[in-house]
Amino acid sequence: MTALLSRLLGRIPIGWLQLTHSKSRLTVALAGVAFANVLVFVQLGISGGLNQTINLSYQPIQADIIISSSDANTLSDGSPVARQRMFQALSVPGVAQATPLYLALTDWVREDGGSTSLQVYGFPPEAGNFVNPLYADRLPDLRLPSTALLDRQSRGVSFEDDDLPTLNAPLEAELGGVAMDIIGTFSIGAGFSADGNLLVSDQTFLRLFAQRSAGTPSHILVRAEPGYDLTSLSERISTAISSDAVIVRPLQEAIASDVSYQTTERPTGLIFGFGVVMGAIVGVVIVYQVLSTDVADHLREYATFKAMGYKQRFFLGLVFEEAVIMAVLGFIPGVLISLGIYAGMAAATGLPIEMDLPRAASVLVGTIVACALSGAIATRRLAAADPADLF
Amino acid sequence: MDQGDPIVVRGLNHWFGNGDARKQAVFDVSMRVKRGSLTILMGPSGSGKTTVLTLMGCLRDVQDGSVNLLGEELNGASEQSQVMLRRQLGFIFQAHNLHDSLSARQNVLMGLQVHGKGDDAAQERAADHMLDLVGLADRRTYLPGNLSGGQKQRVAIARALVSNPQIVFADEPTAALDKQSGQTVVEMLAALGEQRSTTTLMVTHDNRILDLADRIVTLEDGRIVSDTAPV
Repeated sequence: MTALLSRLLGRIPIGWLQLTHSKSRLTVALAGVAFANVLVFVQLGISGGLNQTINLSYQPIQADIIISSSDANTLSDGSPVARQRMFQALSVPGVAQATPLYLALTDWVREDGGSTSLQVYGFPPEAGNFVNPLYADRLPDLRLPSTALLDRQSRGVSFEDDDLPTLNAPLEAELGGVAMDIIGTFSIGAGFSADGNLLVSDQTFLRLFAQRSAGTPSHILVRAEPGYDLTSLSERISTAISSDAVIVRPLQEAIASDVSYQTTERPTGLIFGFGVVMGAIVGVVIVYQVLSTDVADHLREYATFKAMGYKQRFFLGLVFEEAVIMAVLGFIPGVLISLGIYAGMAAATGLPIEMDLPRAASVLVGTIVACALSGAIATRRLAAADPADLF
Repeated sequence: MDQGDPIVVRGLNHWFGNGDARKQAVFDVSMRVKRGSLTILMGPSGSGKTTVLTLMGCLRDVQDGSVNLLGEELNGASEQSQVMLRRQLGFIFQAHNLHDSLSARQNVLMGLQVHGKGDDAAQERAADHMLDLVGLADRRTYLPGNLSGGQKQRVAIARALVSNPQIVFADEPTAALDKQSGQTVVEMLAALGEQRSTTTLMVTHDNRILDLADRIVTLEDGRIVSDTAPV
């Protein structure tokens, strides 16, 4: 390593030798950097899980444009929309199809006594064009009263591959006091607001949620004719509806807006963002402390080098060398520990918490930047290395 | 003036502190040091000898008077030119100030690498040769923590001399050494000075080594009170 660094730096790698000379200090420094990395990774992991679950909540939907209540900041909140908006939208040139989408939460008390909260999606059975193609072909089966497709990745639910519920061998379940037959499954996974998902027909939905009415779906989904610009078509639908009570947007824009709202305006998103900042600050403070102490301990040696004619940039290079080494060496245990924590959290919560290369790379770069920042602050102490004081 | 004199000091004054606390430490010091000579600065504590040494070694800014070092005027010299001048000097401190995580060879190499990246093998040969000269050929890979006080000081001397400096400034280099080691160190400095025409300026209280000097300058209260050759 020393020989490699000598070649890379074109000089004796004093930073590396200094760090490895005091093994205990190096261990503490690396533990500190690794700890800060774990803090950041955990926050980013949960935050990434939040983003992913938001995106996944749109997975059952296939649409070009969505008409929502203007107070709906996410897919599952906001007031219902009057179904007449669907007919108004259908009158706009460029609109090919439209359908109501009904959404609500219910609880499933499982046979084992546990409870699973489910996000229920209600589609008209003929609206297969608005449902994810992976399971759109099952939609006609849902014409049978009180039948549903269950998210097999729901928290607290586990099926063997050869034991999946089917139309001929349904799983009986009681949802919100209503007896249901689970006649098939699909896969999405748990989210922050529900343990899983359920797909039903609009009629079954209205049976499950008696207080809801067919005339007030949660959203209206729109399919555009080929070749139409979705933004301008949305504007034309909005003009046709002419109501401040609804907002008409391309679906992708609605998803982006949902992610942005939940990550920057909701307390959960803010807390995760704050956690990332706190982790970075902890890392900067720990590395600064180590580098600062190291500089203070070697002031006489540095002053000697100054007397010999070494310039300030040599010392800056030396401190940055230490900072980068600490960042890289501390990152390795940090990312390994985080992988273990991710696996544990994903298993415990069912949330999609995964390490990906861009996240790992960005945390490594962030760690190097944070360590370099700490080094830059620590080099202020170098000014105290006055060679005249050596005499 | 002899153009060959590496150090020429004229009317040098220096103060420490500001306002009412401002105190003059050096008064109208003038001296000229010949190339290749070993000059000892003596005097009681607080006499100003170290201040004069640091002013000559461009480790402090000259406030008043003139210090001409290797043909460069230090009064008003820029930081950059002072740094470049320092690279032609060697410094030996009372404390060895070796870097504790570098081996003896690496510490000596630091005296060469300040001049930039050169041929690594040639630099290592030069460092090893210097360690041979100070009698530490078998201690090249030792860290300072594994060397005796005398050995550390010899590594520091090797570091100061490895780049073949024109002038060596030494501050009490024998203070931490026993009589024999101290004698050896100063004899070594004198011999290397003779071989390489290196000028040495040394601050010391050590009377045991005075007979090795070409010249002894004594300061008291910031003034030169005697300037003699040893008997």
